[in-house]
Amino acid sequence: MSDQPIFACHDLKIEARPHGKDPIPIVKGVSFDVNPGQVVALIGESGSGKTTISLASLGYTKPGLFFSGGEALLKGDDMVSLGSSEKRERRGEHVAYLAQSAAATFNPALKINEQVTESAVIHGHMTQEAANVRARELYEALELPDPDRIGGRYPHQVSGGQLQRLMAAMALVEKPSLLVLDEPTTALDVTTQIEVLKAFKKVIEEEGSAAIYVTHDLAVVAQIADHIVVLYGGEVMEQGPTEQIINNPTHAYTRRLMAAVRPRPAAGQGEVTSDEHLRDVPALEVKNVTAGYGKNSDGTPAIKVLRDVNVKIERGHVVGVIGESGCGKSTLARVMAGLLPAADGQVLLNGDALKPALRERPKSDLKQVQFIFQMADTALNPRQTIGDIIGRPLTFYHGLRGRARRERVLEILRLVELPVEFEGRFPAELSGGQKQRVNLARGLAADPEVLLCDEVTSALDSIVGANVITLLERLRKETGVSFVFISHDLSTVSSFADKIVVLYAGRVVEQGPVDQVLTPPYHPYTRLLITSVPEMRVGWLEDTMGTREALAGISRGVTITEVGCPFFDRCPMAIEGTCDVIDPPRREDQHGHGHILECHREIEELMGEPVAAE
Amino acid sequence: MTDTSATTPTEEPGKTIYDELPDAPPKKRLRLSWVGKISAFVVVFWVFVALFGTWLTPYSERDYIEEDRTGEFFDDPTFMVPNAEISSYLGTDYTGRDVFSRIIWGARTTIGISFAATLLAYFVGITLGIAAAVAGRWIDAVLSRIVDAILTFPNIMLGLIVIAAFSGQVFFNPISDAIILLVGLAGLVYAASVFRIARALGQDIMVQDYVEAARARGEGLWWIITREVLPNAAMPLATDFGLRLVFVILFISSLSFLGLGVPPPIADWGSMVRENLSGLGNGFFPREGTINAGALASVAPALAIASLTIAINLIVDDISAQSGGSLAKKMV
Repeated sequence: MSDQPIFACHDLKIEARPHGKDPIPIVKGVSFDVNPGQVVALIGESGSGKTTISLASLGYTKPGLFFSGGEALLKGDDMVSLGSSEKRERRGEHVAYLAQSAAATFNPALKINEQVTESAVIHGHMTQEAANVRARELYEALELPDPDRIGGRYPHQVSGGQLQRLMAAMALVEKPSLLVLDEPTTALDVTTQIEVLKAFKKVIEEEGSAAIYVTHDLAVVAQIADHIVVLYGGEVMEQGPTEQIINNPTHAYTRRLMAAVRPRPAAGQGEVTSDEHLRDVPALEVKNVTAGYGKNSDGTPAIKVLRDVNVKIERGHVVGVIGESGCGKSTLARVMAGLLPAADGQVLLNGDALKPALRERPKSDLKQVQFIFQMADTALNPRQTIGDIIGRPLTFYHGLRGRARRERVLEILRLVELPVEFEGRFPAELSGGQKQRVNLARGLAADPEVLLCDEVTSALDSIVGANVITLLERLRKETGVSFVFISHDLSTVSSFADKIVVLYAGRVVEQGPVDQVLTPPYHPYTRLLITSVPEMRVGWLEDTMGTREALAGISRGVTITEVGCPFFDRCPMAIEGTCDVIDPPRREDQHGHGHILECHREIEELMGEPVAAE
Repeated sequence: MTDTSATTPTEEPGKTIYDELPDAPPKKRLRLSWVGKISAFVVVFWVFVALFGTWLTPYSERDYIEEDRTGEFFDDPTFMVPNAEISSYLGTDYTGRDVFSRIIWGARTTIGISFAATLLAYFVGITLGIAAAVAGRWIDAVLSRIVDAILTFPNIMLGLIVIAAFSGQVFFNPISDAIILLVGLAGLVYAASVFRIARALGQDIMVQDYVEAARARGEGLWWIITREVLPNAAMPLATDFGLRLVFVILFISSLSFLGLGVPPPIADWGSMVRENLSGLGNGFFPREGTINAGALASVAPALAIASLTIAINLIVDDISAQSGGSLAKKMV
């Protein structure tokens, strides 16, 4: 048994069979083994077939796909050729699947424990009592808080990171020999990602099960996998032990994947502040803005998401706004765009106050601030052609029609490096990265002063995301447009921003030029964020979990407070009786770089060691 | 997935280029199953009959081909066809008219009125439904409560009340009055359910990012409704149109069955079923030399109603099954 792999793919072929057309190969003869206790990572871009291959271990294909050759041996049985009842017996007991989004996997109407134990009880492998004991054991192994009672809660009552770990409990409840994890941390914040990765790693080691880990993130793979299979277009480009792939990649494609990984945030990466487009007034300025959702009887927002925020965006600069989800990043952008009128404070465009609500802003003001939505999939109307999508702002703001408009559309398509033939296509016919380019092109067509980019690369693969960033860098240089770049990914922001704004629970805790923010003194929250960015090195996870920032700050959620420093409950340096009750003072640096941080601790206390290893 | 050439690395002198892999799903073309194809044939057949059938029938819907010796029903001798050929396919009805011809003429009446009523329901329902979804606030509240009120009445009951209220008044002539009343009544009754669907679809679409993008651009309501919302609601609404048409056909036929539909001598499938109910006990064809209806005189129009409505239903099912059931969910 021990010398036989848990799972083995031999020349696996899967194809799509569209009606009335020739079959299209999706997986073109893939072979790899998963040995007992081993974690094998399938890495590649979207469309590389990694999810399709991982699903083959369950003997499952997505609708429209068919096995066309080869074997997928689970403990020696070919999952491809087994009958459906035999497959069903093996699913859950021998192999379990962990999907990307825990929020979509859990039924919101049932308690967590019911769902975690369900498969074991339904298959008749365990009694409800035995399954409950087993589930409790797993909650403890996954380091979930209050393992005795967490199963009695509903999915919406636990945090995203906890839900992701509970999903692992659901998969592991029957002690499967093989666990298939499909991008389980991709949608998470860096701090949550650490917490989930650590729990997964521990539980896989303790349970002794083998795992297939599907992802596009090499840095994550370096932490968790023993063996890496690099895929492109349904073929294996390269495979080998993690150490070898990470340190000595031999295939050109692997090297390209490595190149797309952003270096860890550190001073000296940001753009040299380009001042050629500078004017005496900032392009956009946010002054003492308070904003939120809902309304109290006195007109203040019921849920205050932003509290007294001040940000300046100089002309031609890129301002990166970072923070975990729930910190108010998108809310800030929505206030700037006018989609959410501020309850208090002002937004100034070239020194003049903008009307808070959209309806009151004249077209000339609307044109200047363009909002780029996060998901190009939903931000482009599926019933409009690319030409219409890009052409509309041209007609709407600039009155261009007919030939003039068409020529400008083609010009903009070339500007964002898309073929001009895309003019007549619909969004569904484009890839994710291409759609994001169209999304950007629509904003550019307005010829704006400021482009607000809300997590525009977060949903993209590393390579595709890197291409979009390169494009943004070029556009900034050529057009002099200012960018507000919102992201939870500090390494992306620090690689091309001029200035970083660190938001925490609706407060700007630190802001300034990239070099200043990324060298000590750090705000404790900035330090936590920098520490949490995964490094592409084996053993990084263990090192990081030992730092005091991680011990204090990981696995805690963002809470919005009315007074004091909101970071108080996660800060390793918090002063009880001060930080939680008094608003922290603004500390500006003496050198006039515009570096501001808000903390009760003295600058000297915040110096510490630089966290980014070169 | 659609373009295989893009998934293989392109070799160029000196370097290898890895294209962005397309993640567009293969375009799905609508393909009906064989049940759907048969159903489509049935529907096309009836539409053809409704449009052109009246030119091909041996007699008009008003023609009497069997002599009424009792004089009981024979109101207008000008419609008596001399030396009529009686050996027609479905026999004669209770007053001696040709059932075959009347079913074909009835197709025109039934399908025509139902189609017009459904169009009206769609026009009113979509306009108000989308308006409620887009405007929200009190406009939505008022419209929704009115629709709720309409929906609480059973349709037939509502129909009875309205027809009773208008009975006895003649505006143009009894026949065109009845047609206008039926179209208007069915149109408004079913506009309520179309409103519900259009409003739900509209609300779904209104929160999409592309609508928000249009709002952020400063677009007016008219643009948002006609360019962003309606095109995306069109497909589910078109599918629902089929179902709604079925309900209207059944509604109109029910009213006719109760004697509240189009007045005689106009042929209509619902009233034909009722008029000839007495024939059910008479065997398939009427007895020679009498003007009693045969069972077919009542069963044939009933079968016509059933075949058309079931066929439309099956097509709609087929389409929603192919769209992954997402359409079906929205139409409940």
